[in-house]
Amino acid sequence: MPFDIYDFTSFTKWIDTSLENAMSPFWTTVTEMAIAGVLFILFYAVVGLFLVYAERKVCAFVQNRLGPNRLGPYGIFQTIADLIKLLFKELIPIKNADRFLFNLAPYIVIIVNFMVLGAIPYAKGLHAIDFNIGIFYIIAVSSMSVIGVLLAGWSSNNKYSLIGAMRSGAQIVSYELSVGLSLITMVIFAGSMQLSVIVEAQRTGWFIFKGHIPAFIAFVIYIIAGTAETNRGPFDLAEAESELTAGYHTEYSGIKFAFFYLAEFINMFIVASIAATIFLGGWMPFHIGTWEGFNRIMDFVPPFIWYLGKTFFVIWVIMLFKWTFPRLRIDQLLTLEWKYLLPINLVNVLIMAFIVLMGWHF
Amino acid sequence: MEEKAKDIITDEQQEYIINIGPQHPSTHGVMRLVVSLKGEFVLNVEPHIGYIHRGIEKMCESLTYPQIIHLTDRMDYLSAHINNEAVCLAVEKALEVDIPDRVKVIRTLMSELTRIQSHELFWASYGMDLGGQTCYFYGLRDREMVLDIFEETTGGRMIVSYNCPGGVMYDLHPNFRKRVKEFIKHFRKVLPEYDDILTNNVIFHGRTVGIGPLPLKEAIAYGITGPSGRASGFSCDVRKHEPYSAYDRVKFNEVLFTEGDSYHRYLARVEEMRESMDIIEQLIDNIPEGPYAVKMKPVIKLPEGEYYQRVETARGELGVFIISDGNKLPYRVKFRTPNFANLSVLNHLVKGFKIADLIAIFGSLDFVIPDIDR
Repeated sequence: MPFDIYDFTSFTKWIDTSLENAMSPFWTTVTEMAIAGVLFILFYAVVGLFLVYAERKVCAFVQNRLGPNRLGPYGIFQTIADLIKLLFKELIPIKNADRFLFNLAPYIVIIVNFMVLGAIPYAKGLHAIDFNIGIFYIIAVSSMSVIGVLLAGWSSNNKYSLIGAMRSGAQIVSYELSVGLSLITMVIFAGSMQLSVIVEAQRTGWFIFKGHIPAFIAFVIYIIAGTAETNRGPFDLAEAESELTAGYHTEYSGIKFAFFYLAEFINMFIVASIAATIFLGGWMPFHIGTWEGFNRIMDFVPPFIWYLGKTFFVIWVIMLFKWTFPRLRIDQLLTLEWKYLLPINLVNVLIMAFIVLMGWHF
Repeated sequence: MEEKAKDIITDEQQEYIINIGPQHPSTHGVMRLVVSLKGEFVLNVEPHIGYIHRGIEKMCESLTYPQIIHLTDRMDYLSAHINNEAVCLAVEKALEVDIPDRVKVIRTLMSELTRIQSHELFWASYGMDLGGQTCYFYGLRDREMVLDIFEETTGGRMIVSYNCPGGVMYDLHPNFRKRVKEFIKHFRKVLPEYDDILTNNVIFHGRTVGIGPLPLKEAIAYGITGPSGRASGFSCDVRKHEPYSAYDRVKFNEVLFTEGDSYHRYLARVEEMRESMDIIEQLIDNIPEGPYAVKMKPVIKLPEGEYYQRVETARGELGVFIISDGNKLPYRVKFRTPNFANLSVLNHLVKGFKIADLIAIFGSLDFVIPDIDR
């Protein structure tokens, strides 16, 4: 079994060939899909629980508190206990609610999450689907989560939920543009939409360092728009606790609420992953020019750790946003997008195209 | 058919009516606002009060004067000490008792500490209303120190019941002076932190500047007192205009602005915390020696007549009106509470603003619901 922590290509190839020897091509594909599915569900749950814990600890750190510290060392079992509580909680049926859509909404949000998770390269060779239109696919799929939110707000038969859902609709549709355009800037720079190619192109230097100022601007805009797209503070208008109690998921209880809650965290993880992959070199180690010794040490760290490290760094930044800033108002939110981010982004795309055209990049 | 549909859907029927409260995170208590919306815009707000009405004024008619004091804690629970003081001052005025200097200084000190902790909680919860949840913990962290001082001297943290007719219940704790000085030192250091996290924040400016402006004329017409009134330029500080206790011997500025929007209502409170610290610093080192209370008769009977005393609570002007028929029980007691008067302006302020602004305006008026309902 050729297992290599630095390059999973041979390992996945080995699984593939040994399965093919054992059964027909059709069943091979089915088995592989099943394995990937189970792995993703496990990954989803673990990352979700860890992020909830991390959020509490970061928030406690900002607010002069200790955070969870009773259950297990440093309170690491607190989120697991909370999850068990949510699993056993009663699912309260809502009067006059549209039952079908009400039950469907959380699943749409979750499914969208899984669809995006599959397209992200976690390490060399650890990549469920490697499209040649990877970025396009991610942009297209991730904007579908708004359907789940809108359905949740509409079907709950609650006025707060409806306002929250409408806000969220306006917000996600607007900020989708900025996310898309800032990614397109980098696509122009990389010359490819395939994520594995984009990561490979960053072997000699991460795009945020290579791509001059436009890449940096794109990164900043992406982080802002990404935060807005995940409905997190200071853009958490869809939930807006002090105005709309809990926004679009006011009426949800038990595990369905947990789905929305987890989906929010996984969304943040996805946004951070894409930022790490496209701007910060994905699983590529950090290299400095000709420092052989330093580069050797950096290479020693497994790619998966590099990927997680960068992702969690971005998540940490996004979390600090939430716990530092007050919330924007809906019109200010849309003004920020349509009057500032979008024009800057468009100019940025032009500048980037010009730089690539003239061959000025490294 | 089409025309008929148009007729039916008039503007009025497009109103989207939601109930904010009685259980809602940003009403800070049991208060119900019936809000008519058109999209995100607020057309009308109708406050429904009385969810926490306990009939305090009526209850006062069957209680003796020392007992009434403990009821007033439960009105504006954040200015508990100042409410107590108001009743005591009214009773003392009626009996024409000479109050020792020490009592006056102690009362002033406690009042200003009360004001600081009240404004701290305002700052904390206003930040949270606008979505900055970290503010809440910063505010509570510093408020805790004041509450500890209260606990040491009075035994109570929020509902202190420290006053009694003729003085205060018991002498200051020996640690009082030291702890107050520690607190002032600490608070002078952390107040700039407050400014960093909220006052100078761009998003906060966007949310509050120019939101719910209240011109001076209207502030006077609606009887808006306290920091909310002073933000509009209404010079209404009872401590300045009609000094009671030891306010005539301290120097402090009345915080006045002219803009009268949510931001300046907020700023007025933050500045008042600084003024309160100045007052405390002037008094803390010269607390006169002497008795902490005058000996009063066991049964206090007010001479027949009408007595009125007003004081400045953290939220505005509190008036206590007592009619006595010479008995040990008052004939009628009326409290002019600042929050009740301030609430009347809410509908006027929020019209035409968005639902998020409603929360910003409601928060900036700094309501304590039990004080409205009594």
